[in-house]
Amino acid sequence: MALLVVEDLHKRYGREEVLRGISLELEKGETKVIIGPSGTGKSTLLRCINRLTEPDRGRIWLDGVEVTSPRTNIYRIRSQIGFVFQDFNLFTHLTALDNVALGLIRVKRVPKREARERALRELERVGLADKADAYPAQLSGGQQQRVSIARALAMDPKLILFDEPTSALDPELIGEVLEVMIELAEGGMTMLVVTHEMGFARAVADEIIFMEHGVIVEQGPPEVLFTNPRVPRTAEFLRKITEFYGKSG
Amino acid sequence: MNLLFKWEWLPDLGKGLTLTVELTAACISIGAVLGFLLAVARIYTRGPLYWLASAYVQFFRGTPLLVQLFMVHFGLAGLGLRLTPLLSGIIAMGLNTAAYQAEYFRGAIQAVKRGQTLAALSLGMTRWQAILYVVLPQALRLVLPAWSNELVYMLKYTSIVYLIGLPDLTGVGRTIASRNFRFFEVYAVVALIYLALVLLVTMALRGLERRIRVPGLGTAR
Repeated sequence: MALLVVEDLHKRYGREEVLRGISLELEKGETKVIIGPSGTGKSTLLRCINRLTEPDRGRIWLDGVEVTSPRTNIYRIRSQIGFVFQDFNLFTHLTALDNVALGLIRVKRVPKREARERALRELERVGLADKADAYPAQLSGGQQQRVSIARALAMDPKLILFDEPTSALDPELIGEVLEVMIELAEGGMTMLVVTHEMGFARAVADEIIFMEHGVIVEQGPPEVLFTNPRVPRTAEFLRKITEFYGKSG
Repeated sequence: MNLLFKWEWLPDLGKGLTLTVELTAACISIGAVLGFLLAVARIYTRGPLYWLASAYVQFFRGTPLLVQLFMVHFGLAGLGLRLTPLLSGIIAMGLNTAAYQAEYFRGAIQAVKRGQTLAALSLGMTRWQAILYVVLPQALRLVLPAWSNELVYMLKYTSIVYLIGLPDLTGVGRTIASRNFRFFEVYAVVALIYLALVLLVTMALRGLERRIRVPGLGTAR
């Protein structure tokens, strides 16, 4: 069984059906990138996977444990799934170091000293050891996002979900975040990434998933999707997005 | 007109001041705990708990404090539950300030961005952990200015307890004045003591605000 299995996921907000039967799998160590126009349920999909949003229908398994089962300890599952938000959501009242250490201390019950040492190592990993004592408001957007990645990494997650991690960043700060993400992907982390960064997708994605109107239109390896997509709509979307964001990367 | 001041007033006024401070401390603490729980009930629950908490806040904010005090002290006595004036004062004013503090807490908790809770939950925290370790530390910093006002109000509002026979600062002043008919002088001294107390408390709280200030939170920008 794959590390992550999503089966026939449905979610509706009022009259609008945001997810209409999403199924996907992610093997250990794989990176998959989800693309698609805004408002097509990509973020909702990610939030359903760790049940920050409750799906209406469908099942999810993480490492053989059914996430969607009412008997599952959802807090334990969430501690095994890293989540990187579009607008970082670093804890405003804590330093970078304490942001990374908080989950270890309160969720994993790691002793404070040990947690801080681990947190510092994670900050080093994203190149921010020198900012350990800075508060989020004192960091640039790119630095904040790197801290939030360190916060996810500290929990030793089986999987990290990225929800448009560079969309809120000034263009010149996107590179430093993507660099960290590429390093992670190459280091064997399992990642599901919603992004418009086609350069990143091309460089590290094992598969690209094109979503629209709550369904997966097409999925496949980047070289296939970019050069020879099955569905005309995929080609059209990819052409537009590469025009806008550029092919580089 | 000649003004008169006697040092011999001071020991009694000192005792009154002590009672005022103790009464305020007791009420404000009860109010803080209860107010926080009320705020949490009004934000995070639905159904009976929400309605109960809302009705509570509406009642205590919508009726005069003096009427509440009389209801607790004389009203309950009429029903057979006789409370000492001190206990009546603490209960009535504690319940009253809880309603106001609940509203301050509610505003502050709601001012903490939703994403903060989401991030806490995504790490595997329970809702209570998220409130305790992420929302509350931020909300407390945000609430401090409003809360300081409430404390200053309480210091002064406790003066109504002389009406149920408690010898607080105002009550003692009234007793001294009615003995020597130096109303202006005695009440002027009482007023100055209140003023000094309020300034002291205000300064202490400003200091606290500065100490726990964090860049990016509230006025600390």
